[in-house]
Amino acid sequence: MKYTIALAGNPNSGKTTLFNQLTGARAHVGNWPGVTVEKKEGSILRSDNLNLIDLPGIYSLSPYTLEEVIARNYLLKERPDVIINIVDATNLERNLYLTTQIVETGIPTVIACNMIDLVNQAGDYLNSKALSAHFGAPVVEISALRGDGLDELVSAVKEAASSRRESHYVLHLSKEVEAEIKQVEKELETTSSDKLHGMPRRWWAQKLLEQDEKALEEIPLSSEQKARIDALEEKLDDDVQSVISTARFKSIAAIMDSIYTCKNPHRLSLSDRIDKIVTNRILALPIFVLVMFLVYYLSISTIGTLGTDYVNDVVVGEWAQGGVEALLTNLGASDWIIGLTVDGVIGGVGAVLGFLPQMAVLFLLLSILELSGYMARIAFILDRIFRKFGLSGKSFIPMLIGTGCSVPGIMASRTIEQEADRRMTAITTSFVPCGAKLPIIAFIAGALFSGAWWFAPICYFVGVAAVIVSGIVLKKTRGFAGDPAPFVMELPEYRLPTFKGVLLSVWERSFAFVKKAGTIILLSSIVLWFLQAYGVTSQGIVAVEDAGDSILAVIGGAIAWLFIPLGFGDWQSTVATFTGLIAKENVMSTFAIVFGVQGDVLELIEAGEWSSLAAITQHYTMSSAFSFLLFQLLCAPCFAAIGAMHRELGNAKWTLFAVAYQTAFAYSFSLIYYQFALLFSGNPFTPVSAVAIVVLLAWFYLLFRKKPIEQGKLQVESV
Amino acid sequence: MRTVLDLKTGEQGIVRRIHGRGPLKRRFSDMGITKGTSIKVTKIAPLGDPIQVNLLGYELSVRKEDACEIEIE
Repeated sequence: MKYTIALAGNPNSGKTTLFNQLTGARAHVGNWPGVTVEKKEGSILRSDNLNLIDLPGIYSLSPYTLEEVIARNYLLKERPDVIINIVDATNLERNLYLTTQIVETGIPTVIACNMIDLVNQAGDYLNSKALSAHFGAPVVEISALRGDGLDELVSAVKEAASSRRESHYVLHLSKEVEAEIKQVEKELETTSSDKLHGMPRRWWAQKLLEQDEKALEEIPLSSEQKARIDALEEKLDDDVQSVISTARFKSIAAIMDSIYTCKNPHRLSLSDRIDKIVTNRILALPIFVLVMFLVYYLSISTIGTLGTDYVNDVVVGEWAQGGVEALLTNLGASDWIIGLTVDGVIGGVGAVLGFLPQMAVLFLLLSILELSGYMARIAFILDRIFRKFGLSGKSFIPMLIGTGCSVPGIMASRTIEQEADRRMTAITTSFVPCGAKLPIIAFIAGALFSGAWWFAPICYFVGVAAVIVSGIVLKKTRGFAGDPAPFVMELPEYRLPTFKGVLLSVWERSFAFVKKAGTIILLSSIVLWFLQAYGVTSQGIVAVEDAGDSILAVIGGAIAWLFIPLGFGDWQSTVATFTGLIAKENVMSTFAIVFGVQGDVLELIEAGEWSSLAAITQHYTMSSAFSFLLFQLLCAPCFAAIGAMHRELGNAKWTLFAVAYQTAFAYSFSLIYYQFALLFSGNPFTPVSAVAIVVLLAWFYLLFRKKPIEQGKLQVESV
Repeated sequence: MRTVLDLKTGEQGIVRRIHGRGPLKRRFSDMGITKGTSIKVTKIAPLGDPIQVNLLGYELSVRKEDACEIEIE
């Protein structure tokens, strides 16, 4: 007999650590259906029939936040055999609130009191027997971190699974509410047991009286019931939901004295002392800047980039590509096989693997920030600024990392809990100019704007403005309108992250990147490599020397007219835009090829030898060059970044939306810029100028229109 | 009406009522801000918003626009 065990508990209660300990960290990681909330499943060690499902960290089974709805639906629709409710023993009062809701489902429950080592250390005492008696469920004292008490936990779970002893916990409520619950319970007797999903009738009665949105979707209230609830709430002078919540906390407070003895209730915890400095009014921002500098320095400036360069140049470039090329040549393989294998496949795989070292360093730092509890403080410090643009305070890190490389930047958005904020961050991060776009900026600044000092800052300003404008515009659309859950965030105790916990987190995230982002990057790189290296000639499809003869050039020529209103409607610029999709470094190297520049174009730019680059420069005016740059800064990022977005957005629909939005955004603003530049330099007014004005007005409208009524609030009003 | 916002840093109050309805009210009560709970303002964020409160032995960050719904005695 196989049993399904669900692991439920508050965020920061040590749930992930316990999950890893119980399953030996061999988990199947996926997403819950339809959302990007992680779902982990694994087998419990030392047992061959216990399958463990990790539910999202939640404070309650309310119907509002995404995580809570997922956990609830799971308990309701899948009905696991046993629930392990992990409880932070150092923070019992709040943690047991969820316990009161879990045992009410009737599903056999084992309460795991975690961090018992800290309780003992402080000289406190937890009376497990009394706790167990109160909830009618076995209680096991554990320390997930040190692995204490896990055997006892597993045997308690086995016991609960085989005996199927349902819990019969009942929360006692005031006479008026109790009478109404009994009444609704009676009325539910005619409801089919399918509809009740195996939950006790009392559970449904409570939810219906609370006017719980999700419960009402399953079993609507009759107008007579609704009237009775209104009358009851009138009498209570509060809504039933609040009355029940208050009763839950009161019932816990009433037993606290008998289950927990605190040796020194007034001691200042280590966290309080750290917080006195870290979120101090004066020191908070300097400390934050320092931490961010370290993150950037380690992942972008030094170790991360060194590792990535090494993998790209030596491992992929010399060993893999060089070795395989030599091998295939010796075997007498034809040129196209060598080209496909070396440049197409290995180049494509290399593009994925090359990001790994940088990613691993960044993930390492992020998991330290998260596990230590500092990440929550970042959100606390920056919330005021970022919420204006529909972003979370935690969006700062993705944006900062994005100045180095968008790929790890986008991946860093994983730390944001709210789905809408995370989406917004994933979509807007690549607007911040990344390192690979610097050669384009440097070239245009140097060759066409005679090295003006303000040029590069303007590019970064454009990026930040694009993030802000998009934040405001998208926030008003339906897809982002809303997580109705407000920003009420726990600031967890500071904890020293463990080596094992950090490494596991790095491994899981890196693997997820390779798996999900890797496929997109690899496939699209191969396709574009083919289009670029091959051309249609009288002999059929053959490899071409001159990029001007390639299939890509033909496609570029065919759609170049699209860019005429933007000032760069020629096949060369179009082809460079396409090759930029593989990596933005390719934009300048493509220019070098199609305009016949001698020497390494990136080195020429670095050395400022603009005369050698004259062939490119002559092709542009200041206006068309800046318009081209604007487009490159804002349009769809490289495939690797698109792959990372796909990983974070969770489905193809959102990824397509993101790419379409970015490209439309880039097109609009290049168009507006170029057409206004033409008008200001004395050119006549044309129909295209009119279009540019209309597009500008449209963006103004999107930016300043009134925010439609929030869905969440609307729903509540109509209940 | 006295709300949490009227408390100075370090001051403590007893929750009398949460105003409004729906997600915010539910969230507050799920986090332990219910009638009779004692709540203390521990800190204001460096930029003036949100505020940090302590209740039931843990720390919570609440935006000012939301905190004004928490009435205290």
